[in-house]
Amino acid sequence: MVSFTLNGQQKEFDGDPDTPLLWVIRDAEKLTGTKYGCGVAQCGACTVHLDGMPRRSCVTPISMVDGSEVITVEGVSGKEADAVKTAWAGLDVPQCGYCQSGQVMSAVALLQMVPKPTDADIDGAMAGNICRCATYHRIRAAIHNAANSMEG
Amino acid sequence: MKLKLAFTGLAAICLFVGAGMALSPASIAQNAQGGTKPDGKTLKPAASFQSITNQQQRSVALFQEAGKVIQHPRCVNCHPATDRPLQGATMHPHQPPVFRGDGGMGMPGMQCTTCHSPQNTPVVGQADTIKSIPGNPAWHLAPIEMAWVGKSLGQICQQIKDPARNGGKSMDQIVEHMAHDELVGWGWDPGAGREPVPGTQAEFGELIKAWVDTGAACPAS
Amino acid sequence: MTLQDLNTSRRGFIAGSGLVIGVAIAPKFLSAAPTGVRAGGDSALLPMNTFVRVGTDDTVTVLSKHIEFGQGPFTGLATLVAEELDADWSQMRAVHSPTENKIYANLAFGLQGTGGSSSIANSYEQMRKAGAAARAMLVAAAANEWKVPASEITVEKGRIKHAASGKESGFGAFAEKAAKQMPGEPKLKDPKDFKLIGTELPKLDTRGKINGTAIFTLDITPDNLLIAVVAHPEHFGATVKSFDDAEAHKVQGVVDVKQVPSGVAVYADNTFAALKGRDALSIEWDLSKAETRSSEELAAEYVRHFREPGIEATNKGNVDDAFKATGVQSIEAEIVFPFLAHAPMEPLDAVFIKSGDGSVDIYNGAQFPAMDQQVAAKILGMDEKQVRVNTQLAGGSFGRKAQFGSPYMQEAANVYKASGGSRPLKHMWTREDDIRGGFYRPMYAHRMRGAINADGQITAWEQSIVGQSIMGKADLDSTSVEGASNLPYAIPNLKVTSHNVKLVIPPLWWRSVGHTHTGFAVETFVDELFQKIGKDPVEGRLALLKDEPRHAGVLKKAAEMSNWGSKLPEGRMRGVAVVESFNTYVGQVVEVSVGPEGTPQVHKVWCAVDCGVAINPNVIKAQMEGGIGYGLGAVLFDAVTLGKGGRIIQSNFHDYRSIRINEMPDVAVEIIKSSEKPTGVGEPGVPPVGPAVANAWRRLTGAPVRQLPIVNIVSA
Repeated sequence: MVSFTLNGQQKEFDGDPDTPLLWVIRDAEKLTGTKYGCGVAQCGACTVHLDGMPRRSCVTPISMVDGSEVITVEGVSGKEADAVKTAWAGLDVPQCGYCQSGQVMSAVALLQMVPKPTDADIDGAMAGNICRCATYHRIRAAIHNAANSMEG
Repeated sequence: MKLKLAFTGLAAICLFVGAGMALSPASIAQNAQGGTKPDGKTLKPAASFQSITNQQQRSVALFQEAGKVIQHPRCVNCHPATDRPLQGATMHPHQPPVFRGDGGMGMPGMQCTTCHSPQNTPVVGQADTIKSIPGNPAWHLAPIEMAWVGKSLGQICQQIKDPARNGGKSMDQIVEHMAHDELVGWGWDPGAGREPVPGTQAEFGELIKAWVDTGAACPAS
Repeated sequence: MTLQDLNTSRRGFIAGSGLVIGVAIAPKFLSAAPTGVRAGGDSALLPMNTFVRVGTDDTVTVLSKHIEFGQGPFTGLATLVAEELDADWSQMRAVHSPTENKIYANLAFGLQGTGGSSSIANSYEQMRKAGAAARAMLVAAAANEWKVPASEITVEKGRIKHAASGKESGFGAFAEKAAKQMPGEPKLKDPKDFKLIGTELPKLDTRGKINGTAIFTLDITPDNLLIAVVAHPEHFGATVKSFDDAEAHKVQGVVDVKQVPSGVAVYADNTFAALKGRDALSIEWDLSKAETRSSEELAAEYVRHFREPGIEATNKGNVDDAFKATGVQSIEAEIVFPFLAHAPMEPLDAVFIKSGDGSVDIYNGAQFPAMDQQVAAKILGMDEKQVRVNTQLAGGSFGRKAQFGSPYMQEAANVYKASGGSRPLKHMWTREDDIRGGFYRPMYAHRMRGAINADGQITAWEQSIVGQSIMGKADLDSTSVEGASNLPYAIPNLKVTSHNVKLVIPPLWWRSVGHTHTGFAVETFVDELFQKIGKDPVEGRLALLKDEPRHAGVLKKAAEMSNWGSKLPEGRMRGVAVVESFNTYVGQVVEVSVGPEGTPQVHKVWCAVDCGVAINPNVIKAQMEGGIGYGLGAVLFDAVTLGKGGRIIQSNFHDYRSIRINEMPDVAVEIIKSSEKPTGVGEPGVPPVGPAVANAWRRLTGAPVRQLPIVNIVSA
């Protein structure tokens, strides 16, 4: 039995301990904002925050999550999250939108660690998140906008 | 290409199979067929170099044997010459692109631990070329001054001896590091779908110790 | 009320100028199925016609006959309706329309479907009429209620007003009464009076895609759901010879294993068990009908076709004579293009749920929903009316989900059928199924020959194109030659031939179809010819585009935006290309250097687009940016290759690389002001970027790009 918190709520999982966190979140908990895109940590669509750090849930066995705190796009909060969501909406970043939960989770994590990221910081944090619609141009601008909005 | 390097400089008869190393049928076949050829999976024990009477030559030979580990992609991939690690037997740039960051732990927002766990993680039902995501509690890049990519074994040897480029280690500490460091040890247990470095960490440690004990001589190139 | 009730409660249709905007009087409309942006609020939604519903809460919901997978039809179609309805943008909503081939047909191709960058073009008048009709109905209802002449009523930003009496109302108060009005032939605005069209309205589907609430097919999780995955062969054309499922059955959560036409299906209580069960299968494949040649062997065969006459696509002037003329220099080039997977972020998937009455609801990212419906009904042995296709937001497509005969739905329906249908079922593909699933942009080989006379004029152009016919034709397939057979450059002698190759690897259109390769071949070769005769690539093109003002317009604009001809930083080079596709004209200038991996690093793209009337500049710019990224990623990194023996090599994003943020250039987009009818923007941003980069690369390094992707030549 694995115990963890998901967006602040206590959860238990007693299935296959090798089950990736992604499928526990989606199948067992029916929280579907966290997406499947590759299953091998290549695309970042499944990014969550595990004990406050960004983590690809598709390569995270649930056994590793015992006693941990998991935050998904549905539960992410705080000034960085607010700033990112506002900036994303302001620039209409999403196209198909499927990867955007992961993009948002990575961007929030970046801003939590680097409040005023450079382009190189953005490349470093976001290169693991694929967007097949290639909304990268707006993602970059939105992260800068979010950073600027937090300054005031 | 780098794998080939691991086979060179080793013409001596391979009589000893690393303790605890189970031989796969393929490697047995190769040994039976080739008879005297190394299989890339084993290390000659340090003791077998006693026959080389010249101490310096023996030291060089010991390091060359250890080089089969040191120059293996499992080790070199995380000793890159740039801020980006390499990946796989073909030693291509790591995908997704990741960058060194503070302490070689990755960049804020995408640190090593964004994907890598304290242990190797099997990948189920996905790419047949990605059987597992490698992992170790200390997973990180070697500092840039310890870059091995693009260097000859002789150059790497000099680098390992140089406290300015080996993390300030004494030779005793080098022996200890090679023989017991957990992340170094990952090379022998790299997870499904990855070829381990040859021999065992204990054998490798003994080679390094014998190399240091014989004066830590370096190959000319 | 569900979507299907809407179909049965429709009382009839009216047709105006051939544009059907059916009238419906369903008492209320609320979709039980999560489909797109939430329709209105919790209030009743009254149908004005088959496309527009007005809520008693003042919301206006547009039923989009086009699937929203990022290219913006929810926003675009809602803009057209809102314009003629004089609605306020904040009250607009959009959902997917039900599947009803006649009512919701794409007027560009006569069946319900999305593709060919046609969503706005075919809906431009239809949606405006739907909005205008709804406005007239609301006004008529208000006139009755207020007892004033309808002609004295004005509508502005969602408010209905009668100035003389001072009466004023929102739409909601009149929704019920308006729904009972019979609209006459609606009168459309003069484009000069547009208030919303042409402005940067925020997209309707953005919010849910930021906070995780947007629902895609994969996110539909009814209780008691079975997950099914299918083990597919690694060779095209291979079939199951035998399989052993003993180990699969041992996996906790695996419910069943069945052979289906396309492979072996594993059914499980959760996704991980399904994947684990599939991994545990042992399957022997029959390769007797499979493709066993490698990509390299295929390419060698392709170029052999150059020696054959081929099918004539264009023959203007006399090419042979032009090449034989005295003093003529002949330049040649051969280019080989690889297979390309679309690789949308959401791999193919579908959910099947049986109702109490035995009818079945299918939820999927349906690009051709009526075709999916027909195919599923046939396989399930049901009447089409008993099978409802509920179109969902899709995580991209780029052409992948638009398939004649719905082969994906065939597999999904067969898997559902084999399950017995007692539980709701989600059939999903993994990324590997997607990359190895075929329906690629076909492999092509081009051979080009250009004649330059003694005066340095390009006098003849001969082009031969070898590849699969996407439309499955034995004769000329226009999609194989589009962009080449109608070469925009004024070259007096032009001959283009096509050679159809038949393979078991299924071909498909890929964002911008033929232009993905013809645009590259034409624009790189013409650039080489200009270099040969010492002409500037922009000046050279403009001189040959005198009769093509829209090509010339975007080219000039892109050149001007980039300050073409200005001094560049050391190690940088610029390239240019201009391509018309789907009646939209796009010119791009790129600035390139040699990147850290030895491949082109594209720093900046200046893009000018002429798509007629710009409905929503925000969406147009987004599509140009995205098209540039999509096209650039493909030319730099992408190929699906068959290895020795025909086994597919790539399988996931580690070896089928997608462009990433660190490889994405800065993009500037300008839209040419135009009063021409609007044309599409989903695809036309793609074709120019590849040749523009290759042109810059050739001028920078001296190496022409003869094989794609570029990463392969550089690392070879």
